[in-house]
Amino acid sequence: MAEELKYVEKWNSKINELKLGAAKADGGTRGKVFKVGNQASLPYLFKEGDIPFAPIIAAEVYDVPEDDWPQALTEDLKDVFRHPLDWAVKMVEEAGADLVCLKLQGIHPDLGGKSAKDAQGLAVALLKKLNTPMVVLGCGQADTDNEVLPLVSEATKGERLLFGDVVQENYKTLTAACIADGHNIIAESPIDVNIAKQLNILVSDLGMPQDRIIINPTIGALGYGIEYAYSIMERARNAALSGDRMLAMPFICFAGQEAWSAKEARVIEAEAPQWGNARQRGIMWEVVTAMAMLHAGADILTMRHPEAIRIVKAAIADLMRH
Amino acid sequence: MALSGLDIYKLLPKTNCKKCGFQTCLAFAMQLAKKAVLIDKCPFVSDDVRATLEEASLAAIRLVQIGTGENKVSTGNETVMFRHEEKFHHPTAIGFLLDDDMGSDKLSIALDEISKLNFERVGQAINVNLIALRQRSGDDGFLKAVSEVKRSSTLGLVLMPATAEALKGALEICAEARPLVYCPKPALLDGFAAVCFRMRLPLAFRAKDMGEFSAQVKRLTQQGLTDIVLDIAEYPVSERLWQLTQARRLAIKKSERSVGFPTMAIVETEDTSQAVCQAAGFIAKYAGIVLLKFRRPEHILPLLTLRQNIFTDPQKPLQVEPNVYPVGAAGAGSPVLVTTNFSLTYYTVLGEIEASRVPSHLICVDTEGMSVLTAWAAEKFTPDHITDTMTRFKLGDIVRHKNLIIPGYVAMMSGDLEEKSGWRIYVGPREASGLPAYLKNLPHE
Ligand code: SF4
Repeated sequence: MAEELKYVEKWNSKINELKLGAAKADGGTRGKVFKVGNQASLPYLFKEGDIPFAPIIAAEVYDVPEDDWPQALTEDLKDVFRHPLDWAVKMVEEAGADLVCLKLQGIHPDLGGKSAKDAQGLAVALLKKLNTPMVVLGCGQADTDNEVLPLVSEATKGERLLFGDVVQENYKTLTAACIADGHNIIAESPIDVNIAKQLNILVSDLGMPQDRIIINPTIGALGYGIEYAYSIMERARNAALSGDRMLAMPFICFAGQEAWSAKEARVIEAEAPQWGNARQRGIMWEVVTAMAMLHAGADILTMRHPEAIRIVKAAIADLMRH
Repeated sequence: MALSGLDIYKLLPKTNCKKCGFQTCLAFAMQLAKKAVLIDKCPFVSDDVRATLEEASLAAIRLVQIGTGENKVSTGNETVMFRHEEKFHHPTAIGFLLDDDMGSDKLSIALDEISKLNFERVGQAINVNLIALRQRSGDDGFLKAVSEVKRSSTLGLVLMPATAEALKGALEICAEARPLVYCPKPALLDGFAAVCFRMRLPLAFRAKDMGEFSAQVKRLTQQGLTDIVLDIAEYPVSERLWQLTQARRLAIKKSERSVGFPTMAIVETEDTSQAVCQAAGFIAKYAGIVLLKFRRPEHILPLLTLRQNIFTDPQKPLQVEPNVYPVGAAGAGSPVLVTTNFSLTYYTVLGEIEASRVPSHLICVDTEGMSVLTAWAAEKFTPDHITDTMTRFKLGDIVRHKNLIIPGYVAMMSGDLEEKSGWRIYVGPREASGLPAYLKNLPHE
């Protein structure tokens, strides 16, 4: 028989496998744990190399409600968005999110100034309520995050959660805490492969094992520069599969947060009737943002709207069929 | 594979006789490599060399054109696997699959809905491209529908007849519109190909894998057919992505001419949300044409936006012409803001000023397409640049005050800019989204 007509890339390396969540046997209390990464091929090219794990979705949950959300979000989340615990349960049980991403916005001095105790309490309560691990994000203000996040890390010691973000200018405090408490860490770089690599080196030089680091390439929303992150991720993946160990970390993409700040996701129908139904438009903005990132190699997506999560979850199952 | 200037030089006589109008054979070769001159200028190249050059200059993926006039669709001629390697050239053509048995009322509603799917983003028109009409009824019904589509739409046409007779009838109605002809089953392929060859029309057909595509394409091209589209069948999404990737890779990286044609993916999934997800993947990963069955703007706009993003030239970000632009009914007393000419930045700022409903003037500074922070770091958005732009476009004649709002990210230039321009500087919000609130409570009023 004639040789099959195909062109298969011979990659000589793989993406790291990151374990999220620790079960009893591993020193934690999680009933459910996840693995991401470990691909030996570009996204969804199963005939080229092993792709053992499906990407997972972490649903955003805020400690304090955001006051500028468009109606498509407030309508669908109105019962829960003042109650983080109910919110988390709804996203996992009803929307089908794999886990939650707790955003500790309220510790920001201008956005509520909640105490470290509050943050610890909420994180621990969430872990009690759900049997999954979670992603924990600070408020984005370096000093506050450096003060609070290590305490949350300590309070959830051994659960192998994912904390973020560390950046080139501020990585030591949180990294040290996560190393000590057995958590994973998000290394954020500003749409720049070289900085991503540099930061991975810095973080691992502190003693963080490489398979506990995940890259946040900093994405833009659909229509707002998403193509930059798309190409940065493709470049990093090609380099990683070709043997660059310091880019061989999985990716986390903050699809929900970006998509819902796009004008197209927010404008009400009366202001843009030619754009169609506003709720659906917002949801699809998040969905297509997420899909583009999946095709660039996203391993964890953080997402916001329950319906968007349902849709992308089904699309991931569809993509993984082979 | 494209040849380099040096590759071409090796094939030239190397006598530097200057007949071609260049000082040296090498100089001529360099221009040939850039396709800036024709090989005919050198009278001394052999037919063999000429053939080699022609073969090398053929695109790895054939450029196929559908339709005529301003709505002409070009697909193919891609040169790379990843946009960061160069760029993607021809945006995926987005079309709509309509069955002819939907009834003429529904057909005209559908055509009307499709005609409204035109949008503008960052100063660019983004539109849908094709209408694919598939025969499900008898020949009469099909031909009637073809006439209706031709009468009411100016988009490119994909004809999907069920028989060779229906194809001939349809072409009598619309051949001059240069439709893409779609062959519905292998048994009809030769008949369809003969018609397409005679009428110089592009032909799309479906095969099960690259091997079968290659074998059929070899047969068809031997019969003289030149314009072909490969329709990747409805396998699980991952298999379709694999085949779309294979066609592109084999053509570009292995110079495999028998699959060097644009590809097409038809999305028939009934669940619209899932269909959108699939289409997004095919736009990102190499489909030249995507046919859809849904047409609500809230589903189409995100896909057209994704296409615009993926097909943006990474080396040449979209830019806006530098100028002072009025936003709303701006007058001599309206506030003045300054930003860069990177389209994304400019249009984001513009959108937020519009949302504020505060008429304003927006100065767009030539930063060579860089965003605020990047341009500042690269010294393309400095007090000098801003002052020059203000003078060049005579801002002093446009407004009667001397207050200028700058982006929060470049607050550090306030003092310097105040000195250079002689204007009072106000530091605006860092993110454009803060503009509506800022403009409604202007500090200098
Ligand atoms: S005409 Fe031909 S041989 Fe003479 S310089 Fe030009 S390329 Fe060389």
